[in-house]
Amino acid sequence: MTADLRLELTGISKQYPAVRANDRVNPRVKPGEIHAVLGENGAGKSTLMKIIYGAVQPDEGEIRWNGQPVTVTSPAQARRLGISMVYQHFSLFDTLTAAENVWLGLDKSLALSEVTRRIVEVAHNYGLDIEPQRPVHTLSVGERQRVEIVRALLTDPQLLILDEPTSVLTPQAVDKLFVTLRLLAERGCSILYISHKLDEIRALCHHCTVLRGGRVTGEVDPTRESNASLSRLMIGAEPPQLQQRAHQAGAVVLKVDGLSLQRQDAFGIDLHDIGFEVRAGEIVGVAGVSGNGQQELMAALSGEDTRAAPAAITLFGQPIGDRSPRRRRREGLHFIPEERLGRGAVPTLSLAQNTLLTRTEAVSRGGWVDTDRVRRMAQDIIARFNVRGGGVDSSARSLSGGNLQKFLVGREISADPKLLIVSQPTWGVDVGAAAQIRGELLKLRDAGCALLVVSEELDELFELADRLLVIAKGRVSPSVPVAQASIEQIGAWMSGLWSTATVGT
Amino acid sequence: MFKLEARPQPSRWMSMLSPLLALAVTVLIGVGLFMLLGKDPLRGLQIFFVEPVKSLYALSELSIKATPLILIALGLAVCFRSNVWNIGAEGQFVVGALVAGWVAMQAGPQLAWMGRGVVVAILLAGVLGGMAWAAIVALLRDRFNANEILVSLMLVYVAEMLLSYLVYGPWKDPQGYNFPQTITFLPETRIPRLAGGLRAHIGTLIALAAVGAFWVFLFRTYRGFALQVGGLAPLAARYAGFSSRSALWTALLLSGGMAGLAGALEAAGPLGQLTPHVPAGYGFAAIIVAYVGRLHPLGIVFSGVLMSMFYIGGELAQSRLALPKSLTGVFQGLLLFTLLACDTLIHYRLRWQRRAAPDAADATATAKGA
Repeated sequence: MTADLRLELTGISKQYPAVRANDRVNPRVKPGEIHAVLGENGAGKSTLMKIIYGAVQPDEGEIRWNGQPVTVTSPAQARRLGISMVYQHFSLFDTLTAAENVWLGLDKSLALSEVTRRIVEVAHNYGLDIEPQRPVHTLSVGERQRVEIVRALLTDPQLLILDEPTSVLTPQAVDKLFVTLRLLAERGCSILYISHKLDEIRALCHHCTVLRGGRVTGEVDPTRESNASLSRLMIGAEPPQLQQRAHQAGAVVLKVDGLSLQRQDAFGIDLHDIGFEVRAGEIVGVAGVSGNGQQELMAALSGEDTRAAPAAITLFGQPIGDRSPRRRRREGLHFIPEERLGRGAVPTLSLAQNTLLTRTEAVSRGGWVDTDRVRRMAQDIIARFNVRGGGVDSSARSLSGGNLQKFLVGREISADPKLLIVSQPTWGVDVGAAAQIRGELLKLRDAGCALLVVSEELDELFELADRLLVIAKGRVSPSVPVAQASIEQIGAWMSGLWSTATVGT
Repeated sequence: MFKLEARPQPSRWMSMLSPLLALAVTVLIGVGLFMLLGKDPLRGLQIFFVEPVKSLYALSELSIKATPLILIALGLAVCFRSNVWNIGAEGQFVVGALVAGWVAMQAGPQLAWMGRGVVVAILLAGVLGGMAWAAIVALLRDRFNANEILVSLMLVYVAEMLLSYLVYGPWKDPQGYNFPQTITFLPETRIPRLAGGLRAHIGTLIALAAVGAFWVFLFRTYRGFALQVGGLAPLAARYAGFSSRSALWTALLLSGGMAGLAGALEAAGPLGQLTPHVPAGYGFAAIIVAYVGRLHPLGIVFSGVLMSMFYIGGELAQSRLALPKSLTGVFQGLLLFTLLACDTLIHYRLRWQRRAAPDAADATATAKGA
């Protein structure tokens, strides 16, 4: 009898114009099971979840829910069946309170006070502490996620889908989330846990379905697997190991001293008295939960925001705080933003034209563009950095995230920067491309370039950086050499708790 | 039933084919229109598409209409590509004509030393006039963040008032039997004609040269590239370090100058004096010309000629078929409307499907849900 299964999919396929997102996928989820769905970006995880949640219809295949065949035509119907989903990007209204946000998604016959009472009750039951009366814009990212989870739990789901839930959390917040999830599973709720983080899946999940290119490549018990074996299933190979060499830090290249800036938009962060240095031949990593001033700091360093006092940012001793991005680039400061499409590259323009965005070697003094030379430059970047998915004439939009990032990293690295600032170098990039990009960054460091890398992934920073800083609430911690840093310490600093006595390194 | 399905890539082929498809649909609707009006559709089409290119004289008249349309549309294409919405080219055209007309009226014994060179001064004056009018828009946008769409449109009416005031008042020809018009400009101020007997003038050559110049500017200069990046992706322009203020000023001054040049050519060319009828709608029609021409200089040549055919066809339809002249506007509007509709096919393709898909509405409704 199949009624033992909470959810059973048989031969689910979904064809999109360019890709087959799911090809005869059939995962089965037991009651009370934490079931991981592991795969790279573009492996078909999100499509599969959307099919289960009714947001997308499969082309073929059958869905059985508690043994009964069903067609889930909409998320509303999915919720009626007992399926809830917490998206990676929250859908909360900033100006409303937590309780009002939850109320919005519920049956309209309930009174707000009743909803508030139930929120407190559910939150208490699962160890999720939230204050229902607080407006959402005052909540941290972790708290917002808890609001989303409580909202999902109020419908008494039998299956909870979580899409990359830990990508925005501090390590401590991740531990807290896991406690809640285990509690939920013990009480019989099944959980579908989408992630590409191998450690988490091994620590939390009972069962793991691995997807690659839309197909299931493995059904394993993650507790019995190693990171290497899981990664082999996920990408078909083990990611190449990085060669970490002892580095020799040289002269100070970038010095930030007493940088303070008022926020420019209502939901931004003020920067307070930021100070640090980056030396030639070293990588300084900036850790922190997103939304703690990284965007604002990057804009001030790149020159997109020129309000800073000139002397607050110096490059080789020259004050550059008020210089335009083009002037800074001329001095050797290059920047790779986290938004690739629309900021790092113009989506509709070709790779050749996008080369011209930051590279002006092919522009004559009179402002004439040598288009042949631009194309050759783009061709060189494509060849040297192994950018796949089109030539110099294909639009930036047509490339996958990983290949576009390889192109952007290549564009800046081949400009021979003296200081390279990178924001989220491997965010949304598949494992193979990520390893290549990290390798290129290390090579650049060994060649004597100064690098500042901002990332939300601690693993990445520990792998790449020589020194670490933490940014929290618009302030920057003192720096620690990676060899002396621990995940716990950096995690604590990410909540803004460092002793201020030592600031000023 | 047919279903629209997103293409994985916008179709390049379709983006070139779309204006032709739009023209075909416009012609089809035109045939229906002629039949409803009780006219022979073939005769109607002939008047719109054959008569305007039938003879040298007809081509000369066509070039008189096409020249201002192409000149203005070139400037607007740069504007629209940089995401600056100047829809007041008509006003810049009028002020260009005014300033150029003023210079033309100064001609006489004291400017005799310039000889025919006075034409150059007249054209320059037109350019400066158009630029000045557009500069008001740029200034208000830059300084006070005023919406350039509204400001540029409103300034059209201010320019027309200014023209009326001058030709009804201080600039009125004393020997003009009290008609609202200036003196007829002296022969040496008139724009040189291409050939005797025809009204076509050297403005057509200027327009063709401008087409080349704008192509080079847009696709071979760094400045042109920077402007377009600003229009396509403002954040990328900021990242690259292209100033949005300088893009705003460049785009507006350039398009204002081109509209002013067209105004000067019109005033010192076919008109030969200023009357309240200087604004003929070229500034607005050029918006359609720019779009139908895909904001590309070469495309604008074709769409400019096409729109001129509608102008002339409308006039001919009035005299030969006894149809109202507003048919011109109907055709122009139809063309823009069908173009916008056909452009859907650049990003989507039609697919035959047996049953209606029920999930589309749900998917959008639940994007916010959860």
